Parts: sequence; C-alpha cells; structure tokens
Amino acid sequence: MEKKMEEYAIIDNYLCIRMPEEVDHHGASAIRECADRLILDDKVKNIVFDFEDTTFMDSSGLGIIIGRYRKISCFGGKVYAVNASERISRLLKASGMSAIIENLA
Amino acid sequence: MEKECIKKEMTQGIENEICMEFDAISENEGLARVVIAAFLSRIDPTVDEIEDVKTAVSEAVTNAVIHGYGEGGGRVVMRARLSGEKELAVDISDRGVGIADVEQAMQPLFTTGAANERSGMGFSFMEAFMDRIEVESSVGEGTCVHMWKRFGAGQEESVPILQAAVWNRSGRV
Repeated sequence: MEKKMEEYAIIDNYLCIRMPEEVDHHGASAIRECADRLILDDKVKNIVFDFEDTTFMDSSGLGIIIGRYRKISCFGGKVYAVNASERISRLLKASGMSAIIENLA
Repeated sequence: MEKECIKKEMTQGIENEICMEFDAISENEGLARVVIAAFLSRIDPTVDEIEDVKTAVSEAVTNAVIHGYGEGGGRVVMRARLSGEKELAVDISDRGVGIADVEQAMQPLFTTGAANERSGMGFSFMEAFMDRIEVESSVGEGTCVHMWKRFGAGQEESVPILQAAVWNRSGRV
C-alpha cells in the first residue's frame, strides 16, 4: 500500500494527513517519511490527522502521532484528530494521548 | 464407553483449533488480523470484541517482526483455540532473539524501539484488550505470548483506561 501524495494537503499552516483504513506497523514508515518531508515546508505549523477512512489502529498509530508531535511542538505547533470513530476516540483518550492531540470529533 | 467419554470431553474442551505459520514480515500483520477475525466469526462476537482481539494479535505479531527478528525475517506461528465456553486462547510465538527481562518489557512506555517511534504500548494494549496474557521468553530461543479472552461476558468498557500512560508536553512521561 503505497502512500499517494493526494492523501496529504497543506492548507494555510496546517498539514492534513488522510490516514489509511488500517493504521499499523506495516504502513507506519511510509506515513512518517511522507509527513516529515512535508513538515520541512516552512509553512507547516500544525498537523491534522484525518481518521475518516480508518477502521483499525494499533499502538503503531500512537507512535506516528507522538513522533510528529515532537517535531512540531517545539515550534509551538499543535496536533489534531478529525473524523475519528468512537473506537479510535476512546483509544486516543484511554492511552493518555489527549494531552498531546486534540480530538475534534 | 470410557473411550467415548474421553472423546466427548475432548471435543467439548477444544471445539476448534487453528495453527498458522507465516513469514515475519510487516505485511503479514494484517493477514494475522484477518485470519483471527474470520476464526472468531462463528461464535458471533460483537464488533468491539473482534476489534479487541485483532488489536492484541496485531501487537503481538508486530513485536515478533520488529523485536523478535529485528525486521530481518523469520517465522511466526499463530495458534488459536476456541473452547465450548466461548473462550479464545491465542498464542503468538517466534524463534527470535527473546526478551531478557519480560517484566521490564511489559512496562507501559518501555521500548527499545524509540528510534523507530515505537510507542512502548504494545503489551499494554494486549493486556487491555484481552482478559489475560502470559509471556514466555528465553534469550536466543524466542518468545511466546499467550492470550485469553472470554466472549459474551457482558459489555465492559471496551477500551479500559491505560492509566500508566500519561504523556507530557514533550511526548514523554
């Protein structure tokens, strides 16, 4: 499952990442590499993870979020989740991620 | 007659069992999830119960791929048994490097994979989504994760709070 660039968009200073149907270790490195290349763009300050298509996520997803958070938080950026299903919202909350990602469900 | 009794007991004890061996590559994490979900379908689990088991299996297989074999390949075995009492037992085993200190490895947020942004939450997820887990490991021989879950046991909060995981602003505890 290759990541396509249309799954990433920069709107104002927000990098929007459309997350895949299944977020696991297998797809994690492609998302990381693609996102980090775009984060280097001067305009990007904040990141929005769009979970609209996502039906499965394991702890690899937390790794992706934490890693991107570390990259942008030192410049005052914020991380958001949108369109998260009830299960993914619960997972983010239960694993203590609410401290670093704001869920705009 | 005695023979018949034993046979009956056995079929009640283990209603169905599967065993699958596959290459320790990340692609097969998804395969293991699909297989375990299909295996469970006959006992009519809830969507949340299926997702719980898929998540736990995904964590265990990912651990075997990343940590057991250091992403260098090998073989992973998934064995699953369903008993008449709607209890699932799943074992995920590898013949990789093994874990020197299992207790430490199971601590929430402990990871040797920080450079690859592993969250250190794998075992915590397995513990949270299954009823019980046990880890057997010896250095140089490999690791086996045993997990159990009973189905239809009433609706608990499907994602228990993982209290140990509190991230501070730098993304670390």
